[in-house]
Amino acid sequence: MLQQKRWRFAILAILPTLAIFAWVRMYPIAETLRLSLHQWDILSKNKPFIGLANFRELFQDQLFLSALINTSIIAFGVVILTVPTAMVIAALIHHRTQSRFSGFYETAVFIPHVVSLVPAAMAWKWIFDARLGPLNALLEFFGIPAQAWLFDPVLSVICIIILCSWQALGYAVLIYLVGFKNLPVSLFEAAKLDGASGVQRFRYVSMPMLKPITLYVSVVTLISGFNVYAQAFVLASDSQGAPGRQVRVLVLDMLENSFRNYRVGYAASEAVILLAIVLVLTLIQFGLLREKGRS
Amino acid sequence: MTDIAVKATDRTSSGGRMKARGKLIDFAIDIFLFGFSIMMILPLAFLISNAFKTPQEMLAWPPRLIPSDPTLENFRSVLADTPLLRWIFNSIAFASLSMVAIVMTSAIAGYVLAKFPFRSLNIIFMLILATAIVPFEVYMIPLYFQAQMLGVLNSLWGLLLGYLVMSFGIFLIRQNVMHSIPDELLEAARIDGAGEFWIFWKIVLPLLRGALGALAVLAFFQAWTSFAWPMIVATTRESYTIEVGLALFQTGFTVDLGRLSAASAAVLVPSITLFVILRRNFVQGVASTGMKE
Repeated sequence: MLQQKRWRFAILAILPTLAIFAWVRMYPIAETLRLSLHQWDILSKNKPFIGLANFRELFQDQLFLSALINTSIIAFGVVILTVPTAMVIAALIHHRTQSRFSGFYETAVFIPHVVSLVPAAMAWKWIFDARLGPLNALLEFFGIPAQAWLFDPVLSVICIIILCSWQALGYAVLIYLVGFKNLPVSLFEAAKLDGASGVQRFRYVSMPMLKPITLYVSVVTLISGFNVYAQAFVLASDSQGAPGRQVRVLVLDMLENSFRNYRVGYAASEAVILLAIVLVLTLIQFGLLREKGRS
Repeated sequence: MTDIAVKATDRTSSGGRMKARGKLIDFAIDIFLFGFSIMMILPLAFLISNAFKTPQEMLAWPPRLIPSDPTLENFRSVLADTPLLRWIFNSIAFASLSMVAIVMTSAIAGYVLAKFPFRSLNIIFMLILATAIVPFEVYMIPLYFQAQMLGVLNSLWGLLLGYLVMSFGIFLIRQNVMHSIPDELLEAARIDGAGEFWIFWKIVLPLLRGALGALAVLAFFQAWTSFAWPMIVATTRESYTIEVGLALFQTGFTVDLGRLSAASAAVLVPSITLFVILRRNFVQGVASTGMKE
């Protein structure tokens, strides 16, 4: 009787949230999966089932393939740049916890992560600007010819990687700092007594102990790298209003197929590929973590 | 006696040397970190500075952090050309409503999922957890058609549709309830004849204040910085959020960096100020995202 009353409360209390959740999360996710197997241009009423034809077409679509390659380069580039830097910076900040400035360090490193994407990207647009930007002025000062940073397909990918890393770093440092705080102090004291230097303690004690955190930060950074959109939109758009012509990324290609070419089913299958990438990355993370737990 | 004294001084002097060396290293680290921190915020500092520069000074090399001839012309021109204040208002309204919705849904669902051990609830929790890893970008196209069906495109409600719940928020509150609210407390209240709703409202919610605060800040900034969803849902000039408004404004033909900087600075300064004020809450919230496993 009592149990039943509690059950009734629990169900009634969770029902509104569950209803919203089903409506704005589960249904659209299921719909994405369903649409990816159908052909649907927005205008027509019927959506014929076409099996995996969308996916077959995707892998011959030059635009999609270049978007996939660009996005992967950006995602991995950001991880390679961010994770080691974050680890070192976090170690140094942790080492200087008692310092009067440690709050300043944390805040300064973290601010790029919280400010809105577009205004922050605007700052970098100025830095990379071919005519007005300080980067080119600096290069010329050293006798290196100025580059058209945002108009060259290779250089603009590098610019996006730099912008994304600048923003991702704060989060990674924060997570590493939590990790450093949770490391057992006794271990470091033992290493110290054995005469290990600071660098050695970092290399042989902290780094192996923080492996799960490194894994987590890498996967999270990779996943957010695969979702890159705003950064490419702002940095690599030209003044003609044809955004992202220089650097195609997955999300942009997807939105363009859906809202410019009206091929919703096709766009949905791109979304499914994005989902597959994210799932694989997450599974790899869990797999590696479990393996570590067993050994 | 003297022997001991000698030994003592000897030890302190060698210890002193070690300490001096350690201090020197610490000092070097401080300098490095200081330089690095400055580098991290320099782009933003220059952005704000550029907002006050005349077109002539924008060309000057080396760029100055403090404009020699500060002008408000950029701001005046942006405000005349764009509904910037309207965009900022849209963003604030959207982020606030999203924050309220996420805090409410997460508090109730997190509490129920933590303290009511029924099998049906476990299944619900697994579902929520399973969808948590799906990025928003994956399902936003079907969601767009749902918004269209409801007739809420180009409105605050359309924006809100994508940001009503947060899987991670539910998860965060559930963890918090499990760790910080003992079953005995709830049982005692029940024995005293308290109703379930009263318990949630008067006992659980006050105890969750810290976690809900962190979640609120997280939710606000998540909506404030969202881009892809507002980009597809808001397509009229009046309904843009500040992010979308700025991103589209910068593709215009006649736009120069001075005015772009002014518009960006108008957005950055309040959000950085807000962040510095709420830093503790924010850091706590973000740090807890890393503690998922």
